[in-house]
Amino acid sequence: MQSISEKKLIRKVIFASSVGTLIEWYDFYIFGSLAPIIASQFFPKTNPTAALLSTLATFAAGFIVRPFGALVFGRLGDKVGRKYTFLLTLVLMGGSTFAIGLIPGYEKIGFLAPMLVLLLRLIQGLALGGEYGGAATYVAEHAPTNRRGYFTSWIQTTATLGLLLSLGIILITRKSLATDPSDSIRVFEDWGWRIPFWFSVVLVGMSIYIRLKMHESPMFTKLKAEGKTSVNPIKESLMHKANLKMVLLALFGATMGQGVVWYTGQFYAQTFMENTIKIDFEQTRTILICAIVVATPLFIFFGNLSDKIGRKWIIMVGLLSAVVLYRPIYHQMINVASVTDSKVDNSKTHIDRVLKPNSGNGYSLQNTSTFTVYENGITEKKIHVDTLYSSGVEMPQLVDKVSKELPTDRYWMMVALIFLQILFVTMSYGPIAAFLVELFPTKIRYTSMSLPYHLGNGVFGGLTPFIAVLLGTMYTGDLLVGLWYPIIIAGFCLLIGSLYLSNKTDNNVND
Amino acid sequence: MNSIKKFFGIIWMLLGVATYGILVKTALTQISIKPTTDTIVQWSIFVIIFLPITIGFLIFGWLAFKGAYDHLPSSSDEIV
Repeated sequence: MQSISEKKLIRKVIFASSVGTLIEWYDFYIFGSLAPIIASQFFPKTNPTAALLSTLATFAAGFIVRPFGALVFGRLGDKVGRKYTFLLTLVLMGGSTFAIGLIPGYEKIGFLAPMLVLLLRLIQGLALGGEYGGAATYVAEHAPTNRRGYFTSWIQTTATLGLLLSLGIILITRKSLATDPSDSIRVFEDWGWRIPFWFSVVLVGMSIYIRLKMHESPMFTKLKAEGKTSVNPIKESLMHKANLKMVLLALFGATMGQGVVWYTGQFYAQTFMENTIKIDFEQTRTILICAIVVATPLFIFFGNLSDKIGRKWIIMVGLLSAVVLYRPIYHQMINVASVTDSKVDNSKTHIDRVLKPNSGNGYSLQNTSTFTVYENGITEKKIHVDTLYSSGVEMPQLVDKVSKELPTDRYWMMVALIFLQILFVTMSYGPIAAFLVELFPTKIRYTSMSLPYHLGNGVFGGLTPFIAVLLGTMYTGDLLVGLWYPIIIAGFCLLIGSLYLSNKTDNNVND
Repeated sequence: MNSIKKFFGIIWMLLGVATYGILVKTALTQISIKPTTDTIVQWSIFVIIFLPITIGFLIFGWLAFKGAYDHLPSSSDEIV
């Protein structure tokens, strides 16, 4: 039984660790969520695809350096302590996020702009690589033996909640910069996108204050007092065969599959809705937000359940569900947003024209929005912008955007389909912090658990949207071709995990 | 069960070599089709980043083949 003071302490530990980790995820995801705008601001505009790819590459760079962050900060955490290491990662993350919001665009400072963005993005990736392992280790080393899954599952909610916070802040900012919605969007795309980056500094400041009040992990303190800390955590993690085999097993039997499931359910799903089936920007975000809100408590549920029945099979069932159900789910997503079998309802179809007046340049811009309403309730919106010269000459359209707005019933069907994907995420991700903590000894735990986590999530998972989009451009005949990457990776991980992992819960993490 | 684990060790090693080979071949094909900076950069990143992971996968297969996963440690004393 825990005493009241112990319960209070563990709540404080969970709160301090989770808030900081949540903010780091927020910082990391606003960049990804704003990728197209960042592309237009910092990369040459001559080729929009090249600009987007450059940003995605930068995005990928953010993920690829995560394992290096795991090694650098993991080593520090195993030598100096958990508390000061994850304070340092928080400062680095917050500082670089804030700085991205200050960099002038490519048009003002040229090539220096994308170079600075890339540099800061790399620092973000390094910081994130050090953060998660520290927070999970810190909480697990405070948690009672039979509740480790439950307590660490709070840390597991932070990645999803960080994404939720980033989506929410972006949506609110995008809508509140001017009274007219289209003006507000224009201001947001001009400079307002910087606000979510600046907002980070407030969150990070609060989190540093909370974390400074916390004490070092009791297990690490004891180890240090006894002079038993590792001299070279990286060497002990990777050069000792007995530990290396567990690092490799954790990567190929758990985190690799869990990473692709996480990024498919929460990032690729967003890209697919917006770019492939052309759902409206705001609906895409609110669908994801609704699904995340409903699914998030399940991280706690599965973390708690793993204390009772073991971690392995919960993770494996999550992977199996993803492998078997991804294609049917995405096929259904296409059907929900499809207008091919539906007739046009001419009584509701209309065209709006808005003329943006001449601003002294000798021309005006005319926005023409065509709203085609189908009998299944879907509204297809086509926008094109014409340049009208004062001489009366009308130039061809500049921009042509297509988006669909779903009616209520189809909207909620889409929420349910995204929810299913996040359900798989909660199963495979909820128990994984406790699972990783229990695999490794205290003296090299930070390093040993951070590396497979960030290789699995950062490299295999983080590259999911990028590789899926790439597959889509290589094999244009199949809209679902991008799904083969997460299905194959999760499938192999399922096989390896089922064969080699143990379902036993390690009761003693004090050693 | 242990013999299945060992047998799959061979599969993992073969799979590691084959997958990396396919990755390099696809990278070279894609770069030759469209030799732009973007294509070269993105495929080079894939080839470089997946090299140490492939080596890790080969070691994993080798350890499985040699029976290192027949018994998983039940205490940290068995690890350090």
